[in-house]
Amino acid sequence: MVFPWCIDREDTVRIRCTIFLACFLWASCQREKRDIEPSPARLAVFGDAARQSDLRPGGPVHPQHVVNNPYNSSGYDISEGQRLYNWYNCSGCHFDGGGGIGPPLIKTTWIYGGEPANIFDTIVKGRPNGMPSWGGRIPEYQIWQIVAYVRSMNGLQPTSATPTRPDTIETNPQNLQNRTTGETK
Amino acid sequence: MNPGGGIRLTLAGSLLVLSGLAQIQNQPDDGQWIMAPKNHASTRYSTLNQINTENVRNLKPAFEFSTGTIRGNEAAPLVVNNTMYIVTPFPNFLYALDLTKPGAPMKWVYQPNPSPSAQGVACCDTVNRGAAYDKGRIYYNTLDVQTVAVDANTGKEVWRTKLGDINMGESITMAPIVAKGKVLVGNSGGEFGVRGWLAGLDADTGKIAWRAYATGPDKDVLIGPNFKPFYQKDRGTDLGVKTWPSEAWKIGGAAAWSWISYDPDLDLFYYGTSNPGPWNPEQRPGDNKWACTIFARRPETGEAVWAYQMTPHDLHDYDGINENILLDLTIGGSLRKVLAHPDRNGFLYLIDRQTGEVVSAEKFGYVNTIESVDVKTGELKYNPTKESGFKTVRDACPAPPGLKDWTPSSFSPRTGLIYLPHNNMCYEAQGTQANYIAGTPFVGMKVRMYAGPGGNRGILSAWDPVKAKTVWSINETFPVWSGTVVTAGDVVFYGTMDGWFKAVDARNGKSLWQFKVGSGIVGQPVTYKGPDGKQYVAILSGVGGWAGAAVSGGLNGVDGTGALGFLNATSDLGKYTTKGGMLYVFSLP
Ligand code: HEC
Repeated sequence: MVFPWCIDREDTVRIRCTIFLACFLWASCQREKRDIEPSPARLAVFGDAARQSDLRPGGPVHPQHVVNNPYNSSGYDISEGQRLYNWYNCSGCHFDGGGGIGPPLIKTTWIYGGEPANIFDTIVKGRPNGMPSWGGRIPEYQIWQIVAYVRSMNGLQPTSATPTRPDTIETNPQNLQNRTTGETK
Repeated sequence: MNPGGGIRLTLAGSLLVLSGLAQIQNQPDDGQWIMAPKNHASTRYSTLNQINTENVRNLKPAFEFSTGTIRGNEAAPLVVNNTMYIVTPFPNFLYALDLTKPGAPMKWVYQPNPSPSAQGVACCDTVNRGAAYDKGRIYYNTLDVQTVAVDANTGKEVWRTKLGDINMGESITMAPIVAKGKVLVGNSGGEFGVRGWLAGLDADTGKIAWRAYATGPDKDVLIGPNFKPFYQKDRGTDLGVKTWPSEAWKIGGAAAWSWISYDPDLDLFYYGTSNPGPWNPEQRPGDNKWACTIFARRPETGEAVWAYQMTPHDLHDYDGINENILLDLTIGGSLRKVLAHPDRNGFLYLIDRQTGEVVSAEKFGYVNTIESVDVKTGELKYNPTKESGFKTVRDACPAPPGLKDWTPSSFSPRTGLIYLPHNNMCYEAQGTQANYIAGTPFVGMKVRMYAGPGGNRGILSAWDPVKAKTVWSINETFPVWSGTVVTAGDVVFYGTMDGWFKAVDARNGKSLWQFKVGSGIVGQPVTYKGPDGKQYVAILSGVGGWAGAAVSGGLNGVDGTGALGFLNATSDLGKYTTKGGMLYVFSLP
């Protein structure tokens, strides 16, 4: 490795470069160590857990990360997710899952994947055809709560945690469980 | 000349003599179609009469052309100098087809490359309603708030002007018109808390000559000393600020997303503004000026000359954006220069277009949310039992798209009738707290719509503007979300969302011909004279728009509140039609 910007510089710069190089070398020694798992959020956004294609050249690769939604199982998180889904105006574009400006969120076929990591990724990064990017706007734990709610609309969350009574004139997540085929009534 | 044509011509001649050639509805017609509304008076009437009530049943497809898009194809094709121009929904391609060659092959395509993110701020599908031709150029708008001028011969871009910001929820879907060297363009985004405006762009350069906001202080609304509203209720200073709670006018909607008409004699143009935002009226006490308003303005300066707010403090998303057909009619013995405006609130207004006085305002279908309009005071009386807000309202008619939405009507000087494509839907709703986040919807209402009395969701009505009553009507399964065109052959053309292109007798509504197209129709029919001297009729098929989002957006009908509640009324559309944009052109063999 060459760091040309370290050569022929003023003293202060040279000192900074030395510190940087020291850190770099130390980090290199640590490279093989994997004692700390990346956070679920990092994996969802940057890792292969947010993969969007089933097609993998040369066959499967190892290791595969599985991202578990840390705010997954409680009724509290799901109902918080629903509140936030309305508060951040997800409902303005996706309504109660039927879609409108954005695609339906009650469905079996996802454009960008329906795994928690995919939905997290969608919310943080946005998607090119009109899904806003919310990264830096919504705190991470709230995004996970929204992910749990979105999945609950499809009956993908534990039934025990999913509310049975709708908060609105329309939604009833448990009733929707068998109605996710996109069939119109 | 076809058999029987002579009789009709005599009839036409005598009517013309009766009504006098100077009347604005008798527009000169060279058989082209140079702007979406046909002419500045917006009559959508063609003097072509080769195709008539006798022979229309022989119409056959002449050629087709795929627009390559799957969203709602709402535009009117243009025909200028033997070339047809088609604007597609996003990504807003402009196609030029050579009508002089067999099969009308493509001459060129212009691709403006709008930002794909703009699709997120299109409330009601990523539609575009068409272009305008003037002096060798085609002018139209892109979804990401730009206006472009394209050389009509070469397809080369002449200029483009960015007029707004998708991050403020703005978009453009309307068809511009050109008046006195100004391209008139308005924004969309009444469901995104935009601040509505209409701008005049210098046609030569694309420079913004003026911009008239619809909310805010008078200086921004271009209200000055020459502003003379007819009614007391519309007079006062800075009403665009005072009729809102504190700063709410800054995100109050009142977008100008639809039609514009122009009277060259009076040198005034007319257009309406959208609903105020948010829909939930309890978040915006006051009259909310100038939402749901018709403005008369000067094209050179944008200066307002009069305004009439039809629906103060809108409770039901009754945008005032529908077309204004300019007519000179004899009413009560005197000749009045009026504009005919079938509003979403269910009343068809005849308004004196010099002064803004309401000559008449009558319901043209089933309305229970509003009781009456007083032409003396200009005020409308709401039905208090149908008021929306945080509480739940049920069986309110018409539903938010109104008794009639943007789908433009036509007027025949031969029959004296207006041909109205419209809806028959009611709704129930529950208000919620709308949270303003720029670039996202600002609505605050959960809505479900359903068919109105009779169960048919759409109607085509022939309306006599002088007698203010319906002469005949045809029920349709789905909302009639296409425009209409009427010809000197006394044929009315329109399309249905289940995919039929239809011809009916302008005098009595008798069904004369129909043709099943590939996808439901939400476009605007046009008719023109081809280079071979034959009359053609053209329509874009390709279901979508607010009404067709169920199919074009692949929505899930399990949730009736989808598509702002329209989904509840159209969740069966997928059983009748699939998506896909296609031009159909018909002629006699
Ligand atoms: C301004 C409108 C808008 C808002 C607000 C919005 N979305 Fe979206 N959303 C879209 C659009 C449009 C798409 C489709 C994007 C594409 O296809 O590229 C989309 C896509 C998605 C997808 C991907 C669906 C799939 O099939 O893969 C998910 C999940 C989603 N949105 C969830 C949300 C959540 C959660 C929120 C609130 C935090 C939200 N959206 C807010 C417009 C919106």
